[in-house]
Amino acid sequence: MAEPARVALLVTCLVDLFRPTVGLAAVKLLEQAGCTVEVPRAQTCCAQPAYNSGDRADAKAVARQVIAAFAGYDYVVVPSGSCAGMVKVHYPELFADEPETLARAQELAARTHELVAFLVDIRGMESVAAVWPRAVTYHDACSGLRELGVKAQPRRLLGSVEGLRLTELPGAEVCCGFGGTFCVKYPEISDKMVTDKAADIAATGAEAVLAGDLGCLLNIAGKLSRLGHRIETRHIAEVLAGMTETVPAIGEPSAA
Amino acid sequence: MQPTSHAFPANARIGLADETLQRALGLARTGFPLRRQQAIERLPEFEALREQGRTIKDHTLAHLDFYLELYENHAIAAGGKVHWARTAEEARAAVLEICRSVGAKTVTKGKSMVAEEIALNDHLEANGITPVETDLGEYIIQLRHEPPSHIIAPAIHLMKEQVADTFRTAHTHLDAHRVLDEPRTLCDEARTVLRPQFLAADVGITGANFLVAETGSSIIVTNEGNGDLTQTLPRVHIVVTSIEKVVPTLEDAATFLRLLARSATGQEFSSYTTVSTGPRRAGDLDGPEQYHVVLLDNGRITLLGGEFQDMLRCLRCAACLNHCPVYATVGGHAYGWVYPGPMGAVLTPALVGIGEAGHLPNASTFCGRCESVCPVKIPLPKMMRHWRERQFVERLAPPVFRSGLRLWAMLARRPAFYHAIVAIKARMLGWIGGRRGHFRTMPLASGWTRMRDMPAPEGRSFHSLWAERQRRATR
Repeated sequence: MAEPARVALLVTCLVDLFRPTVGLAAVKLLEQAGCTVEVPRAQTCCAQPAYNSGDRADAKAVARQVIAAFAGYDYVVVPSGSCAGMVKVHYPELFADEPETLARAQELAARTHELVAFLVDIRGMESVAAVWPRAVTYHDACSGLRELGVKAQPRRLLGSVEGLRLTELPGAEVCCGFGGTFCVKYPEISDKMVTDKAADIAATGAEAVLAGDLGCLLNIAGKLSRLGHRIETRHIAEVLAGMTETVPAIGEPSAA
Repeated sequence: MQPTSHAFPANARIGLADETLQRALGLARTGFPLRRQQAIERLPEFEALREQGRTIKDHTLAHLDFYLELYENHAIAAGGKVHWARTAEEARAAVLEICRSVGAKTVTKGKSMVAEEIALNDHLEANGITPVETDLGEYIIQLRHEPPSHIIAPAIHLMKEQVADTFRTAHTHLDAHRVLDEPRTLCDEARTVLRPQFLAADVGITGANFLVAETGSSIIVTNEGNGDLTQTLPRVHIVVTSIEKVVPTLEDAATFLRLLARSATGQEFSSYTTVSTGPRRAGDLDGPEQYHVVLLDNGRITLLGGEFQDMLRCLRCAACLNHCPVYATVGGHAYGWVYPGPMGAVLTPALVGIGEAGHLPNASTFCGRCESVCPVKIPLPKMMRHWRERQFVERLAPPVFRSGLRLWAMLARRPAFYHAIVAIKARMLGWIGGRRGHFRTMPLASGWTRMRDMPAPEGRSFHSLWAERQRRATR
């Protein structure tokens, strides 16, 4: 395994509010990969809501805060392809007209990685110790897939989970219709997209659907639940870290 | 055509409720991407070709004035006439004048999106000239008085049963009891009806996929051969096209032809690729007596040198439409003008104004599939974001959305305050929603909860759990 490394976790605002277990799972996996994990307190959000709404000034202000909060770590790891893509791909674009901040943004971008890609590509992780006897399918969240090339890494690690049987999802690379503010600005279109996604998931016969981005997962879980499907929706980190017993699936009641 | 892009949400709802449209889109959604994928897998250098295509277009756009003049000189030298049109109105007037000069009654037309952009058919009809669309899809929608819903498959929103009904209504001279249940039969009927029109037409109008500066030629690609009949049989051929179609050399055009068909339909090459250079020469067996090119700007020049210049690389292959999950959900008519899908979401605001077309660049999840398949690597999501930035600066976004954003930014810039608020919110929502695990309704979030449940938070924010863990560790 790679040299010890000091890693800062960029929690993401959705994990912080909705699903802290994903963050704890990320910490556990990173520790298994020989990293010491710290969580900078001065983080809130990656600035996507402002950036994708055309509000560059606020996006820059929040991005500057992230750049400052995550300075000095060996790596910054994010349990979301979308937020990792924001830092890695879009921060340098955002500061293209500010040479001094641009250099810091590029330096941060080079150290920043999506969680599963980091475990496999940077830390050389080939397997995990988890056990989860389930028929699962996997949705490739858009930003991770197309901005960061996250495709093989989750499949490789899922392949090592004892008992897990992966059925590929037809249309796995097609957007689920979340799209940040899109899902509330154009709810009918978003709904049609996630309805199609839910139908594709159900057609695989899987007992659970996994992905690497909580936004997509909230959308998918919410639709599956509304349609009455009994399919577990979970972030891949929960499964890889063996933490599926810790919390019920997304949108499901706690057993207690 | 009067744009209705401002009504995108209402247009989209019509599309979503149209079951036939949904069936038609369902077929296209998997068909086009699969065929493209298979075609590029057979061409290992496809990625290198994309890069080459982008480079050629960028070079040409950087020297657009030079290549346009070169093109004009060679087109004139070959015996053609070039008409520059700053606006749609000037382009329409130029076409009408040519038609009048030869006393044209009937005009056949090959498929041309620029002709749609300038609403040429309406203008010709209003002036007593009958335009006849000869591309099968265009012919069908002309009979139905509908605009195209796709830039290479204009009637993709229709099923064959609707086409059969349209033909029965239009072709009253044919046997009312004929069987029209196969695409082949429909195609044959259109051929039979259109054949005399090709022969009768005084003027043939086509678009152009490329203009070649070094030779003064125009190039069209079709799969039906209708373009050749349109431009070869009448006495006059008018090419209606726009300034960004120029490429330096025939060699460059060949690069784009290799990209175009694969990206568009998944073919290695379109069935017909026709290069036209001037009118019929002495000794030629066929060809028109006059060859005109109407070159439209219509606002394109204003994009040069700015954040939208990359859009002028567009080949109109429709790969972005074919891979767009939003297009596949609402269909092309929802976009309310000539150019739908991701390329339309960027181009339409440039041509009709962001005030009219403000919804289009917002109606995207930024899934990025369009950019990943674009044969000339146009960063479509990035340019949609640029439109959103303009809207924000010009205060065109809805006030409630703007104040929500301001509140979010205020919180996001104060981490300690933010963490406190999130911790409370997580507790409250977790407590209220925990028993069921999700919410079926939620105030201020009806856009979400009308159609799907809102999963409940676990109950503790990550940062509060982490702070506890740190405290335990240091104790």
